[in-house]
Amino acid sequence: MTIDARLAVRAAGVGKVFPTKDGEVVALTAVDLTVAAGEFVALIGPSGCGKSTLLRLIADLDSASSGTLEIFGKPAQQARIDQDYGIAFQQAGLLPWRTVKANIELPLELHGVARTERSVRVAELAELVGLTEFIDRYPDQLSGGMQQRVAIARALATRPSLLLMDEPFGALDEMTREYLQSELARIAAETEAAVVFVTHSIPEAVFLADRVVVMSPRPGRITQILPMGLSGMTGDALRESSAYFERVTAVREALHGAPVERANER
Amino acid sequence: MTAISTVVERQLPSWLKIIAPITVGLMMLLIWFLAVDVFAVAPRALPSPVAVVSELVLRSDIILEDMGVTATNALIGLAIGSIAAIALAALASNLRPIDGMLAPLVAALAVVPIVALTPILNTMFGASSQFGRQTVAAIAAFVPVFVNVLRGLRQTRPVHRDVLRASAATGLQTFRLLTMPTALPYLMTGLRIASSLAVIAALVAEYFGGPADGIGTAIATYAKSGRAALAFAYVAGAIAIGLALFLVTSLLERAVTRRTPV
Amino acid sequence: MRRGAAAGWGILGVLALLIVWELYKYLGPAEGFVVGAIDGETGSGVMILPRTNDRAMPHVWDMVARLGQSTSGGNTPPLIVPVVNAAATTLGIAAVGWLIGVTVGAILGLVMQRWRLAEWGLLPWIVVSQTVPLIAFAPIVNSIGTQIDRGGTPWPQWLSVAVIASYLAFFPVAVGVLRGLDAPDRIHLDLMRSYAAGYWPTLTRLRLPAAVPHLLPALRLAAANAVVGAVVAEVSIGMRGGIGRMLIQLAGQGSSDPAAPWGPTFGSIALGLVAAGSVALIGFGLKNYRRGEAIV
Repeated sequence: MTIDARLAVRAAGVGKVFPTKDGEVVALTAVDLTVAAGEFVALIGPSGCGKSTLLRLIADLDSASSGTLEIFGKPAQQARIDQDYGIAFQQAGLLPWRTVKANIELPLELHGVARTERSVRVAELAELVGLTEFIDRYPDQLSGGMQQRVAIARALATRPSLLLMDEPFGALDEMTREYLQSELARIAAETEAAVVFVTHSIPEAVFLADRVVVMSPRPGRITQILPMGLSGMTGDALRESSAYFERVTAVREALHGAPVERANER
Repeated sequence: MTAISTVVERQLPSWLKIIAPITVGLMMLLIWFLAVDVFAVAPRALPSPVAVVSELVLRSDIILEDMGVTATNALIGLAIGSIAAIALAALASNLRPIDGMLAPLVAALAVVPIVALTPILNTMFGASSQFGRQTVAAIAAFVPVFVNVLRGLRQTRPVHRDVLRASAATGLQTFRLLTMPTALPYLMTGLRIASSLAVIAALVAEYFGGPADGIGTAIATYAKSGRAALAFAYVAGAIAIGLALFLVTSLLERAVTRRTPV
Repeated sequence: MRRGAAAGWGILGVLALLIVWELYKYLGPAEGFVVGAIDGETGSGVMILPRTNDRAMPHVWDMVARLGQSTSGGNTPPLIVPVVNAAATTLGIAAVGWLIGVTVGAILGLVMQRWRLAEWGLLPWIVVSQTVPLIAFAPIVNSIGTQIDRGGTPWPQWLSVAVIASYLAFFPVAVGVLRGLDAPDRIHLDLMRSYAAGYWPTLTRLRLPAAVPHLLPALRLAAANAVVGAVVAEVSIGMRGGIGRMLIQLAGQGSSDPAAPWGPTFGSIALGLVAAGSVALIGFGLKNYRRGEAIV
């Protein structure tokens, strides 16, 4: 699988302003961020901090008001037209009248990939996410977790070098979340794609990411970027290690803007 | 390497919402006028807009009189149909057997040409009675009001019902405080739809017999006897009634919907 | 409620209706119930309840029996035969009118969804158009039709009726298509945008399938409207062979043959049901596109 050696995302001074009835809302200001190829970056912060807005700018679903934003060295619009990324939302967003197979192959269909090639790719992806027996079912026959797995498979259909995910596990229960987090970590490692992952959950961000980008609102901005350095461990071993808890604490402190006094240091 | 363009999301100015239809209307009027008065390419049965307006002015008294007849029939039909619909919908929402029997009947009523009943109704009530037309208008109004009120009565959210139950509210209190306010906007929607249907039904019923008054009979008579301009003047009257009722019920609907909690 | 149970209740409902009719005939006042009548002045006052004699309100079994009796005495076939023929004729014309109306309505709906300005300019007039009584321009359409026919291109009279019927049919389709094409969730539209899919792929793969739940009731309403339009147009143009004309004709004979007008009346009711039922069959074929609402 060819990886782009250039930076997956390069944002410099990016800002976004929304006009509303009551004046302007500054959703994002002075965002400087780089995501290297193959790197997993999590965006975390309270509501209104602009993390979803930033993701939408990268995806060219909205346009930035200021600054420069490059995806693999191209403007975001070009990257979208060239289909350089795959995207997954909080709601699975599966088309209800299409089977799982047809949903996964939607981006391939849109780009003129031949039927036999599509079937091969869908089979690969279904196996990757563990849904091979379900490819002829309809979305209303699947659980929330399974629908989200289909959405991830769909996002990977065109072998993108960049995955954009907006709280994809937010609507799921904790057990399913942990399971899917492990799966996503495995898939990201196997496909060597860069990932920009928006989340509300501190443990999730620490578990998945190489770097955690902490943001805060009013106006939306990046306050800190914390490297995790936990790539040695995976799965439950990672979740139960003390290094993990230290990182979670560090992110929490960064979010609160002040150090939390720890019981054993009083 | 490029900066992102400052995007202005293409939003049309809102004054266009009024100007656009007015422009289209004026264009249609112009084409009509040119076709008949200037280039004389229209069939003889299509009158000139100028002639229509002059007839409208000259005969406004008889036009208004006939408008009164049709409008009264429509209103009476609307009233009777709505009351019957509300009563039956209340029954149907509480008693499964009634609901079971009414549902197919109402579904059938919604698709059959109700105006085909007019000749028979006129025989039943006598050819000089307006009641046949009023009954047809009532049936036409009944269907949308019934369907909408029934839906509205079933729309109470479980969480609201739980709140009232936990406060030991009686059935009547629950109806007054929850069911009725929830159903009210649906009733208004049903009335809005029913008003246009009642006017059209009252008018169309006039083609199928009954007394020699009303807009429909006038249009039919004058259209057949070649006095197309006068027929069209009556059409303007019909449109006026339809629009007036539609506006009144739309405003009512909007007034009620704004106050409903989500 | 399952299919069988629903049909059962439906039959009960019709039976209940018949019972109410006969009960009223049995119990109701013979001369009806008139409010505000003035003595000595026939036809004054408002009749609230109809007369119950056999001329004004025939028995239900008389109506059914009349269908089996000959149409106009002698060797003419039973009434049910010309009723079915007339109903079938009108059904065919209504079907053509439905097709025309659906095509025009769909095109209008597509145009209005694509360009908001078109929606703003056209939709108010489309709504107003339905308040214009058909009967005003039925003669116009008929005369244009005759002109075209004389000019060389064949244009039979029933085609004018179909065109007039399509006038009532296009409105629900135009509105239904507009609403339906606008129905997809924001998230699905974002998805399509993320695939750099243009207008046409988005239309075929997202908007049209998402529009099906809005389209089917619109098509059903259009069918019912096409039937009404065809019947009314037949009456105003005076077309022979359709059920509209038969309704008027037999109503005129109502005093001598009271059960006869019920023949074409039943025929019209059956007509409406068949038209709506046929559209429901289309919905059956599109079953998969109606899986919609619970899923995001």
